[in-house]
Amino acid sequence: MNEAEVIVDDKLPMVRIIREFDAPPAKVFRAHVDPELFVKWNWDDSYEVRFDHFDCRTGGSYRITMSGPEMTGSVHGSFHDVIANELIVQTFAPDAFPECVVLERHRFEDLGNGRTRLTAQSLVESFEYRDVFLDAGMVEGYARLDQLLAEI
Amino acid sequence: MAAVDQLSRVFSALADPTRRDMVARLTVADATVNELAEPYDVSVQAVSKHLRVLEDAGLVSRRRDAQRRPVHLEVEVFDLMTTWIERYRRRAEERYRRLDALLESLPDEPEGDIE
Repeated sequence: MNEAEVIVDDKLPMVRIIREFDAPPAKVFRAHVDPELFVKWNWDDSYEVRFDHFDCRTGGSYRITMSGPEMTGSVHGSFHDVIANELIVQTFAPDAFPECVVLERHRFEDLGNGRTRLTAQSLVESFEYRDVFLDAGMVEGYARLDQLLAEI
Repeated sequence: MAAVDQLSRVFSALADPTRRDMVARLTVADATVNELAEPYDVSVQAVSKHLRVLEDAGLVSRRRDAQRRPVHLEVEVFDLMTTWIERYRRRAEERYRRLDALLESLPDEPEGDIE
């Protein structure tokens, strides 16, 4: 049974998700870099998602506008390194909060027998912001962040 | 917001290796400041300072009853963290179950038509 494992670092404001898939790295990688595929699984049906542009290759960038029950707004990001079937390194931030940038690294590991281990590591700006991240999940976090920033 | 603040303090408090070690030892049994200071090459004052950080984060409390004032670990705070991390994990798992389903529907050859 493939189950996501979450590791919360206690020295750095970092969260790591480890998950295995019954599919080879090429497929799992493609589901991350092809916007038509990516949109199908990263959000549930309660979200309306528009890709203003999405160019997942080394030096490429993207901007995604979404609207859903807990979050409406845009995020933009830059792909620093994209190595086919192996690695995606990117940074992203909500348009409204450019300082809250996240450094994210996805590593695709070939386990053989058509299986892949994905390690998704997110390094955020501060422990405070990571807690918002943790509390509300990747996307909904920004709604909480709005709240946080409104109160301080 | 109170919960977010508390969790922030918990994470900051646990960012220090000495404080993590103190917490680990308190999971076994309550201990006095002197007992806690023993294994470290630091003053009792320094240990008291660490304890104050842990106290502010709600991770430990000190009983008023006896002269010894043993330090007690507040296990419920760890439950709060566990709950948050578990909810984050569940959301990730939901996303990846959708990815499982998508991967199953994809043709095997990478050049295949994905429409």
